Amino acid sequence: MPTLTRWLIKTALLYFVASLALGVVLAAKDAFGLAPSLAGLVPVYFHLLMVGWVTQLIFGVAFWMFPRYSKEKPRGREGLAWAMYASLNAGLLLRGLAEPMHSGAPSAFWAAVLVVSALLQWSAGLMFVANMWKRIREK
Amino acid sequence: MPRLSVLLIRTALVYFAAGFTLGGLMLVEKAVRIDPVLWRFFDAHVEFLLVGWTVQLAMGVAFWMLPRFEGGVSRGNEPAAWAAFFLVNTGVLFVGLGSFLGLPQAVSLTGRVIEVGAALAFALNAWPRVRPSPA
Repeated sequence: MPTLTRWLIKTALLYFVASLALGVVLAAKDAFGLAPSLAGLVPVYFHLLMVGWVTQLIFGVAFWMFPRYSKEKPRGREGLAWAMYASLNAGLLLRGLAEPMHSGAPSAFWAAVLVVSALLQWSAGLMFVANMWKRIREK
Repeated sequence: MPRLSVLLIRTALVYFAAGFTLGGLMLVEKAVRIDPVLWRFFDAHVEFLLVGWTVQLAMGVAFWMLPRFEGGVSRGNEPAAWAAFFLVNTGVLFVGLGSFLGLPQAVSLTGRVIEVGAALAFALNAWPRVRPSPA
């Protein structure tokens, strides 16, 4: 298993645990009438689960198992794939911080962080597509 | 990788890029209030990423990797799998674009029914392939 795949899958596992733990907090909010501001965490919960866990797990397995790009570069542009990993996780973590902060107390600072997080996640998605596209081909 | 898997996975990648782009636009809108009309992308964002990307990717990989017949030559009922490809993409477009364009609810409902057809067609191909490996 390539090093990047190990990083992707282990990071995905951390998001898996974190997102479901956050789900417990959100359920407790409803059950025990905790601070209504916790509702700002709902989109964070969904994205930690679907992007941090599911999508990142797919990225890790695809990078490992999909057909090789070439003999010299079996997994395509590895530098681009590492940049994708960094960009995806930086974007997701910044989002996890900025989205509830901005929804609780809107400010120019948190708005800017949110925009940066959107750009990081979006560019990570495009980097993944760019790196995988040519590996998806007939034998 | 068989041609149908290439099509399924590459189409899934297109939906992934589209869904991520719509999500990014909505997140930026949340931060800087460009135009609330961008929130009409919400249903398309969810549909593209959940069915167009995740489900379709799983279909592509399953069609490629599940055990084959006749000494590894045949992937079973291939017309059913091709039907699943066309149906799932028609369904996603109906659901995704129907909500964005403000079309009647019947359009999204039709899309969901078409997606059920895709699942049935895909199951028709995959079901007999899920079996013990020959000794």
